Amino acid sequence: MNNNYNLDYLDELEAEAIHIMREVAGQFEKPALLFSGGKDSITLVRLAEKAFRPGKFPFPLVHIDTGHNFEETIVYRDRMVERIGEKLIIGSVQKSIDEGKVIEQTGKNASRNALQTVTLLDTILENGFDACIGGARRDEEKARAKERIFSVRDEFGQWDPKRQRPELWNSYNGKIHKGENVRVFPISNWTELDVWNYIKRENIELPSIYFAHYRECITRNGQLMAASPFLNMDDEDVVTSRKVRFRTVGDMSCTAAVESDADQIEDIIREISESKISERGARMDDKVSEAAMEDRKKGGYF
Amino acid sequence: MNILKFFTAGSVDDGKSTLIGRLLYDTDSILADQLEALQRSNRKNDDGTIDLAILTDGLRAEREQGITIDVAYKYFQTSKRKFIIADTPGHIQYTRNMVTGASTANLAIILIDARNGVVEQTIRHSYLVSLLGIKHIVVCVNKMDMVAYSETVFNAIIEKYKALAENLKLQNVNYIPVSALKGDNIVQSSAQMDWYEGESLLHFLEQVDTDGIEQASPARMPVQWVIRPQTDQLHDYRGYAGRVLSGSFKVNDKVTILPSGNSTTISKIEFFEDHLQEAHAGQSVIIHLNDDVDVSRGDTLVHSSALPSETRAIAADLCWMDTRSLDPSLTYFIQHNSKITRCKIDEVVYKVDINTLEKHAADEFKLNDIGRVVLKTADPLAFDLYHENRATGSAILIDGRTNLTVGALMFREAI
Repeated sequence: MNNNYNLDYLDELEAEAIHIMREVAGQFEKPALLFSGGKDSITLVRLAEKAFRPGKFPFPLVHIDTGHNFEETIVYRDRMVERIGEKLIIGSVQKSIDEGKVIEQTGKNASRNALQTVTLLDTILENGFDACIGGARRDEEKARAKERIFSVRDEFGQWDPKRQRPELWNSYNGKIHKGENVRVFPISNWTELDVWNYIKRENIELPSIYFAHYRECITRNGQLMAASPFLNMDDEDVVTSRKVRFRTVGDMSCTAAVESDADQIEDIIREISESKISERGARMDDKVSEAAMEDRKKGGYF
Repeated sequence: MNILKFFTAGSVDDGKSTLIGRLLYDTDSILADQLEALQRSNRKNDDGTIDLAILTDGLRAEREQGITIDVAYKYFQTSKRKFIIADTPGHIQYTRNMVTGASTANLAIILIDARNGVVEQTIRHSYLVSLLGIKHIVVCVNKMDMVAYSETVFNAIIEKYKALAENLKLQNVNYIPVSALKGDNIVQSSAQMDWYEGESLLHFLEQVDTDGIEQASPARMPVQWVIRPQTDQLHDYRGYAGRVLSGSFKVNDKVTILPSGNSTTISKIEFFEDHLQEAHAGQSVIIHLNDDVDVSRGDTLVHSSALPSETRAIAADLCWMDTRSLDPSLTYFIQHNSKITRCKIDEVVYKVDINTLEKHAADEFKLNDIGRVVLKTADPLAFDLYHENRATGSAILIDGRTNLTVGALMFREAI
């Protein structure tokens, strides 16, 4: 017997993620894959292909659309859905606003980021989803570092860190009561660098905003933001053209750009290896307080 | 480059958080914004340096209550390896969390305070390491700076620990004198301890070979999902998707499907767009069989030449993980890889006092209790013994009333 066979770290992370996805297929009646158009959920789509092809995915993709998107992300999303031939369900934050379920924030730091939790929970309810696969990773933030791979949420979508189920060996307990659902994070054990190295190895196409490009920007709270109709701009905001890229894809009102010349994936990997700012450091939504993520997760956020 | 998963056993008082913080800090795994938050914090060491323990600080809910709720996973990487640390808390619900963190680890770091030596807590941690079948152990004798970096102190502690290790049949035990606070022998070799000729902790972790056990065990693959596209081109396609948990399967190998006991041969192994001749432990693949046998989720594919045990009664070690005590009159669910069936705890053979390692007869089984039980399952389980195969020798218990995971089971004997 060959005892010298070792899986490379990316192969091991990939095999673990595929195993988790297949557990979702096997354990739940109506799962969904949350797709944001960001690199992590794009990675999930590739992993789902590896888990289920030549069969169809046993779940649709679900996009919670804040309406404040980078256009490049939407173009990418639609082209990808056509290529893989899977179903896409769109939950619209604009619709939640129109129906009066949420109220648009006002002021300079207004964002639809918090509103999308309501749209997400409504979309889960309307479609009867019992499991939602997402691309969150434990290296992103300290609340995420403590979350399970199968994370049970109550009917209000709330995460209770004190009632988490112990997760042992590679057994994932997906038993839930009616009304509850499970958020599943197959790439929990990946780091930002792992994701980029995987994208490079698999030669996965990404939305162009991940690569350096010239863009009209303003400076907000010390960070570069893409000038857009979705930012409440005034005379004090000076618009300048900068060569930037984005490290995460949230909506335009809360995703900061970083100045960069990295227009190839190798450059990005080098930049991240040398970088001294964590990925969520470029997210305004995490800046509100030290426990911002913890609070949002308890409220049903991803 | 491969992955090493390890966990750290020790309490805050032993300097566990400082040790993890030191590993992250000295391997340059802390990013600027995190470091900035660290420097803003008013918690400093006596000499004014940053308190690295803050790096493992938890949730606000935990800070408010002054407790650690849960296992936190931390990641770092060197040019040689990717590391995943399961950081398990030292206080409340310690056993439950440590068992959870240890279940996925290949190596354990046991921290001993050089001033105190082998104490009750060391025995407890070491027992759990042996229970969970961790095959590689590093005993870090910490706070060497507080005992003037004394070789005599270090050697005395090692001697005491060796007796414990022998008693618990621990394998591959290594000893390193460190000061997590000062950084001695964590990443860099210490200039204070010329008498120590071994490696630094990080150097050891980068080199240690923990693979091989899963690869050398008999081939097992629980079927997770049956892939049947049922399209015009693929109307006969029927592939069994799963992760090879141990051993390896080759094309043409004779395999048995359990529990049915039917045998056939492997016609094809696929991984996405590739056809493989062989699938190894750890890989998630699709296996095709030559005969049209009935296979569904919950079945296990095994090599016909090395069959697992298949019984309805099993003696197992149980760690109880719920605030509701074990109720022997109740029927629980047992989840064994992709198979879920019902089971009852027929008998509590004994409970272990994990501070003294004494065995007691017991009527009740509470949160954090560990002991030997006999369980009876509704359907037969195809399993291996835990010390031979962690993945197929373990299972979880689920309380059907709450759906919570209430027990961790390690199979010790087929009955």
